[in-house]
Amino acid sequence: MGEHTIPAPELIKEEILAKYPTKVARKRKKSMVTNDGNKDKALEIQANVRTVPGIITQRGCTYAGCKGVVLGPTRDIINLTHGPIGCGFYSWLTRRNQTKPAEGSEENFMNYCFSTDMQDQNIVFGGEKKLRKAVQEAYDLFHPKAIGIFSTCPVGLIGDDVHAVAREMTAELGDCNVFGFSCEGYKGVSQSAGHHIANNQLFKHVIGTQDKEPEGKFKVNILGEYNIGGDAFELERIFEKAGLTLVSTFSGNSHYNSFANSHFADLNVVMCHRSINYVAEMMETKYGIPWMKVNFIGAESTAKSLRKIAEYFDDKELIQRVEEVIKEETIQIEETVAKLRPNTEGKTAMLFVGGSRAHHYQELFNELGMKTLAAGYEFGHRDDYEGREIIPDIKVDADSRNIEEIKVEKSDEEFRDYTKSDKLEWSEYGGMMRDMESGSLVIDDISHYETEKLIEAYKPDIFCAGIKEKYVVQKSGVPLKQLHSYDYGGPYAGFVGAINFYKDIERMVTTRVWDLVEAPWEKSTQVEAQYAAG
Amino acid sequence: MLLRHTTADVVEREGLTINPVKTCQPVGAMYAALGIHGCLPHSHGSQGCCAYHRSALTRHYKEPVMAGTSSFTEGASVFGGQANLLQAVNNIFTIYDPEIIAVHSTCLSETIGDDLNQILIKAQEDGKVPEGKSVISAPTPSYVGSHITGFSAMVEAMVKYLSINSGKSNGKVNLIPGWVEPCDMRQIKSIAKRMGVENILFPDTSDVLDAPLIGKHQMYPDGGVTKEELVSAGDSIFTIAMGSFASEQAAKLLNKKCNVDYEVLDIPVGIKATDRFIMKLSQTAGVEVPSDFKSERGRLVDVITDQEQYLHGKRVAIFGDPDQLIPLTEFLLDLNMEPVYVVSGTPGKYFEKRIKELFEQYGIDGKVKNGPQADMFLLHQWIKEQGVDLLIGNTYGKYIARDEDLPFLRYGFPIYDRVGHSYFTTLGYEGGLRIVEKILGLFHDRQDRDAPEERFELVM
Ligand code: SF4
Ligand code: SF4
Repeated sequence: MGEHTIPAPELIKEEILAKYPTKVARKRKKSMVTNDGNKDKALEIQANVRTVPGIITQRGCTYAGCKGVVLGPTRDIINLTHGPIGCGFYSWLTRRNQTKPAEGSEENFMNYCFSTDMQDQNIVFGGEKKLRKAVQEAYDLFHPKAIGIFSTCPVGLIGDDVHAVAREMTAELGDCNVFGFSCEGYKGVSQSAGHHIANNQLFKHVIGTQDKEPEGKFKVNILGEYNIGGDAFELERIFEKAGLTLVSTFSGNSHYNSFANSHFADLNVVMCHRSINYVAEMMETKYGIPWMKVNFIGAESTAKSLRKIAEYFDDKELIQRVEEVIKEETIQIEETVAKLRPNTEGKTAMLFVGGSRAHHYQELFNELGMKTLAAGYEFGHRDDYEGREIIPDIKVDADSRNIEEIKVEKSDEEFRDYTKSDKLEWSEYGGMMRDMESGSLVIDDISHYETEKLIEAYKPDIFCAGIKEKYVVQKSGVPLKQLHSYDYGGPYAGFVGAINFYKDIERMVTTRVWDLVEAPWEKSTQVEAQYAAG
Repeated sequence: MLLRHTTADVVEREGLTINPVKTCQPVGAMYAALGIHGCLPHSHGSQGCCAYHRSALTRHYKEPVMAGTSSFTEGASVFGGQANLLQAVNNIFTIYDPEIIAVHSTCLSETIGDDLNQILIKAQEDGKVPEGKSVISAPTPSYVGSHITGFSAMVEAMVKYLSINSGKSNGKVNLIPGWVEPCDMRQIKSIAKRMGVENILFPDTSDVLDAPLIGKHQMYPDGGVTKEELVSAGDSIFTIAMGSFASEQAAKLLNKKCNVDYEVLDIPVGIKATDRFIMKLSQTAGVEVPSDFKSERGRLVDVITDQEQYLHGKRVAIFGDPDQLIPLTEFLLDLNMEPVYVVSGTPGKYFEKRIKELFEQYGIDGKVKNGPQADMFLLHQWIKEQGVDLLIGNTYGKYIARDEDLPFLRYGFPIYDRVGHSYFTTLGYEGGLRIVEKILGLFHDRQDRDAPEERFELVM
């Protein structure tokens, strides 16, 4: 494996497009780009546009982005799905939302699934009454600090006003903050719309609503870290070791009060740019908190990100401690890489997943000496590929216009002037393409057909995607690493995470079972001849 | 404690469902459609539903689950999804070349009132359905019934769109298995074959959702009932529908449309339900029951008598799908166990009636609930009121099992955290033996775990 000539990407692209009906081909063409390796300016790619009906996509919906990704990982908000039973059921624990409440009395609703289970008559006569009852019942049973209501497809159509119900119930219950999300599945072209909606509402209803300033000298929020496989636990460990105070993670291993006090942070660092850049922007406008893009996937990226944070605070002691942490952690990293790299060097990977992971994980493959042949996002926007500087050029289409843009203003009392060193990159993100080699294929919203063609042509040593793709790809004899669920392994973030990832990848590209795929009687005619003779 | 907020005080709820024992219709329609050879299921609605349904089936079967979606955005939701579906049908036939597309609706397309049938007639008229290919459809609004109802609707659609009475009998018996595992479908076929009964099993997900790994992905694996067989189902001599919730509708329609007589039996789980199935097969096809069934049955009875002390009087809580819970409850009762709490989210009066009859017949003071607010939260509250010795149900039960320290048998859909359910059947006498073996294993492990050193036994 690994040692085969790679066909020219343009040829593959042509072959794929040839199969499509003309209109589809015209559309898909713009979402498939051969990267030119230009570090200054990435090529233009079409992204965040509607999926072609019938094309078999990786994508999910707005509700999944809102309830599943962003709000899912917070433990003490009751996430109530307003809709038929399915949506709530499928988002019930399937994103591995690990969380660690203090033993005993601390609230944790993570393992529960709450739904209004709308029936026929609720669709005909409206579901607000049932929703109100459900909120009341949830309150009576659990007395939570907050209840989030998530709208599913039919709710928007029949015109239930979840925000009105939320306001009413907040007033009625007194000590419970109830807020709604208009995150109907059809609202956008992918999960990404849901992230936006989630962030808007969190900003409006939760962030900055309490005034208990956390103690600590260097206060940081991590945005866009969802604690899959315990990633947030590992980052918490590193932060503590380095002497940084983590005010809140949005939203891995998080709780309500941490959001409500997050405006006291001195710095926001953004992991998954796609899912949460909105919060960073809004917090900067209102509270003056600067933000920077970081990446804790990969040992080098983690070290680099820590240094960036220390540099921001410009404190000698902190800088020194960060260096010590890096030094200490690097020993094991080097040992592991030295041991495993001979088995991974020169092997090839492809990543089609998420809205950041397809970028971040290339770093880990680099560290293993592996090459990324092709990559793309399931729900990225052009800026995730090309960098933030193209944001003003992005055409706003009907689907994006659907999502409320909330107007944020500077808060006179709470705004703080944080000094920014101009040595650091602020509010910047260069996108995925700049970090990829010339000749690599970049494909947005890849279809099943395209996936199969890529595998056929490139035969990568490993393919990264999600659960829907996993067994399809493996049936072709190529191992698939799930990057949404990590195949129930992890963590992969931070230093310990990098080691876990190296080991898992080395295992996957050397597992002997792939050599057993072919039965002996299919391998050579010699065997047949033997039997015939015997 | 994973479910630390659950207490024993049961209060009536009207608005809130907590930890449901059901999910929505389309996932069942998708699963049923995968049991047709060369079929690509298609979900008419926004793509999130389709993604969720594919993920759920994939996590359970650990196999590729292919399906298209109409990918509605706001526009389609307001103006109707006709254009999306027409385009989807055209794209699917051009790119993925299935024999048949099985379309189901979602709550979204149902709420806006899209008429699938009408749209698909238009697709045909517009020449978007190639010669010799078919499109069938089923309405599956998620705010009615459950995943089981959706399964039933798609099986009904197979009959509605394809089965024909040509006037010439094919001498076969139709077998409608209901929502069971691929291995269970294989088991039903195997029982019929051993009896010498020619049959058409539909749907049939064996060899589709347990396809071998041979180094090439087959978009349409070798298994599945063929279109020709589905057409010919109208010429069969009889239909045995297993489970009234998932299979009766199709049998009824086949009777109405093609005049094929039918009977609804329980899914053959345990001894008595298997007895009834075998008797029926023998009767309708006019064949003798081969002697090896007697031996197989005898082996199961033998194991039960050997191990009866470990089963007797054990209190059990079970949750899941009605067609499976009914014969399973009966089987547990035959094992002298006490299935005291039985919960199914799928609505339908027949379920409570049957379970209550069983309670009465065997003298059990048990609780049963299905329909609205019949959920795992309630089941857990009952368990907190008075404990049980064993919990049986899908993967989500593991949270209760851990909190209450209960032996837990995974059974039903979905099972996300174990393998085996799709490979080793729980149907027929052979499957009965597997159920008993698993239950005994749990009890034996528990006894070993809890035994003080001086009472730790070698032989059990
Ligand atoms: S919107 Fe309806 S069909 Fe879709 S997942 Fe939710 S309940 Fe199921
Ligand atoms: S990187 Fe994400 S939130 Fe960002 S996407 Fe991927 S799984 Fe999700």
